Amino acid sequence: MSKGKRGDKNAVVPPAEFTSYYGRPVVKASPWEHDIPAYLFMGGVAAGSSLLAAGADLTDRPALRRTGRLGALVGLTLSMAALVRDLGRPERFLNMLRVVKVTSPMSVGTWILTAYGPFAGLAAAAELRGLLPRRVRDGIVGRLLGASGTPAGLVAAAFAPAVASYTAVLLSDTATPTWHEAHRQLPFVFVGSACAASGGLGMIGAPLSEAGPARRLAVGGALLELAVERRMEQSMGITAEPLHAGHAGQLMRASQVLTIAGAAGAALLGGRSRGAAVVSGAALMAGSACLRFGIFDAGQASARDPRYTVVPQRERLAARAARIVPTSDGRPPVGTAQEKR
Amino acid sequence: MSNSFYGPLDPAPDAGWRDDQPRKGFFTDTSVCIGCKACEVACKEWNAVPEDGLLMLGSSYDNSGSLGASTWRHVKFIEQPKSFGHQNAGMAGTAAGPAMTDVLNRTADSALLGDRTALGTDHSGLDLLGQPVPPARPAPVELGMPLSVLPGAADGAQRTEFRWLMESDVCKHCTHAACLDVCPTGALFRTEFGTVVVQDDICNGCGYCVPACPFGVIDRRVGEKGVTKNEGVAQKCTLCYDRIGDGLQPACAQACPTQSIQYGDVEELRERAQARVDTLHEQGVHDARLYGHDTHDGIGGLGAFFLLLDEPEVYGLPPDPVVTTRDLPEMWRKAGLAALTMLAGAVAVFGGRR
Repeated sequence: MSKGKRGDKNAVVPPAEFTSYYGRPVVKASPWEHDIPAYLFMGGVAAGSSLLAAGADLTDRPALRRTGRLGALVGLTLSMAALVRDLGRPERFLNMLRVVKVTSPMSVGTWILTAYGPFAGLAAAAELRGLLPRRVRDGIVGRLLGASGTPAGLVAAAFAPAVASYTAVLLSDTATPTWHEAHRQLPFVFVGSACAASGGLGMIGAPLSEAGPARRLAVGGALLELAVERRMEQSMGITAEPLHAGHAGQLMRASQVLTIAGAAGAALLGGRSRGAAVVSGAALMAGSACLRFGIFDAGQASARDPRYTVVPQRERLAARAARIVPTSDGRPPVGTAQEKR
Repeated sequence: MSNSFYGPLDPAPDAGWRDDQPRKGFFTDTSVCIGCKACEVACKEWNAVPEDGLLMLGSSYDNSGSLGASTWRHVKFIEQPKSFGHQNAGMAGTAAGPAMTDVLNRTADSALLGDRTALGTDHSGLDLLGQPVPPARPAPVELGMPLSVLPGAADGAQRTEFRWLMESDVCKHCTHAACLDVCPTGALFRTEFGTVVVQDDICNGCGYCVPACPFGVIDRRVGEKGVTKNEGVAQKCTLCYDRIGDGLQPACAQACPTQSIQYGDVEELRERAQARVDTLHEQGVHDARLYGHDTHDGIGGLGAFFLLLDEPEVYGLPPDPVVTTRDLPEMWRKAGLAALTMLAGAVAVFGGRR
């Protein structure tokens, strides 16, 4: 047992007053490696790209459509590879399809991807039809493929928003303090990030004349992400600290800088200069990736430090004992924190 | 479906079991635990749980660290400068004496100078506490060896009251088990006894149960592929599913020499626990309290609950655990709203000028 107290030079864990068992974690950090934040990013890119591709298809923007469909295919393929690789028993990945469980965000996510994946793949295949030898392309298979592009792309687009937003629930439905406490806003942060990244990809892949929607999606997504992320941190109490500390903190700061710069570049210069559009798009994609890795790492850090498990629970108990009427979700109202920093 | 996510519930019927098995569990009474670790050993033996590291952790007698994929019972040791109830060890206030490290260093120093007395061949130079009563002998030579002094070992320090808390920790077999809720393969299931068990041959090692558990119990087994049993698969206490089905008690409870670990029907164990805590209060052990017995807590009550002698976090237990799935309906609502926002945004960006 160690007592961490302000000014105690033997304190194992600084500075909030709380007790732990030899400074050991109470909850376990997930065994997930960086495959998972990489998936969060690539899944977001795929989802946003499918939406852009469907819109481009309907509004006759062939280059943006191509970028979107191929971006979705690449994002989806890498996502699946990352997800399977992260399993303890990759050869058993099909066991995910044994059950449908709404209480398991991973099960729900598996089924969302199962619905989304084939259609996103089919839309991309239609896009790649041009690479087929002429005889096949003009044959029945080729013509079927061509005809299926639009409907498949629309179905993929219908499932795409769920692909982008469910991943927030995947993280939040855990006892990992920073992920769980973010649960009210994280889905909005993630869809914002997905729009910014996929819009950025559209700006890179499509000429200026077609990239207008991609620019607008990118800027809107970036603004949503930045604004809601701020509010999220304000609602998290001390569990927001890991978002500012160490490696996770660096990633979050990098994400903010890249996203603001990318969004500004996209809004001011993205419509005028191809070069600026490419640079801004790349910055937005990098910003989105940093955000996913930052939130992932912050959660892992919050699980490893017992302070983030014990202190909020103690605050909750203190609030209950003081008969302060808790907010509707059972948490103490803001301002009752034992420790204000 | 009422209370399926949160609140009091009988878990086995809720999971669809129809035959009338009473819910089984553990009551672990830490006030009589002697820290023998027979439970850890019996559990490993019966369940063929592989070795997971032989380390000296420097945390009292606890060298297994935490519950995990290959530690299903874990005995914790906490040393505290206070007394246990009215017990009096008779040591408080007596002189603490020098730190043992000083004694050892001095012994080594004088041995290097050719004085064999302090090495143990002649005890005449040492008192009962191992404190050298040096006869006239050469002053030790400074060898530059690092000296360390234990806290409180300075001259004039006094011994304090002392108590040793020990707790055999285990999977809590929660009424609302987050590990089971989030499992995407159905590998984790609710047994007819109301306990929570992993099916090794179904689990694909996705690892989701690991961060979901509010107690940090379950983990994915690390080991050598094809060599270590159930490598890459989530593992935890099964409440000896293979024993209790045959009317036997779990290995740890069977091995416990002090009945600190009691196995039985949860209903009856709760009564027994309440009686025990009342007795301890009468005997002056006012810090005795039950942990996890309340069906109105954030987990709906634990199938394996505890009598503790200090705050839960002293034992590394969360003071107010809440099953993460309690908030899941809200999470899905927010995710749905976010998805609609994204869809609306995508429609809007194509609405403007080209």
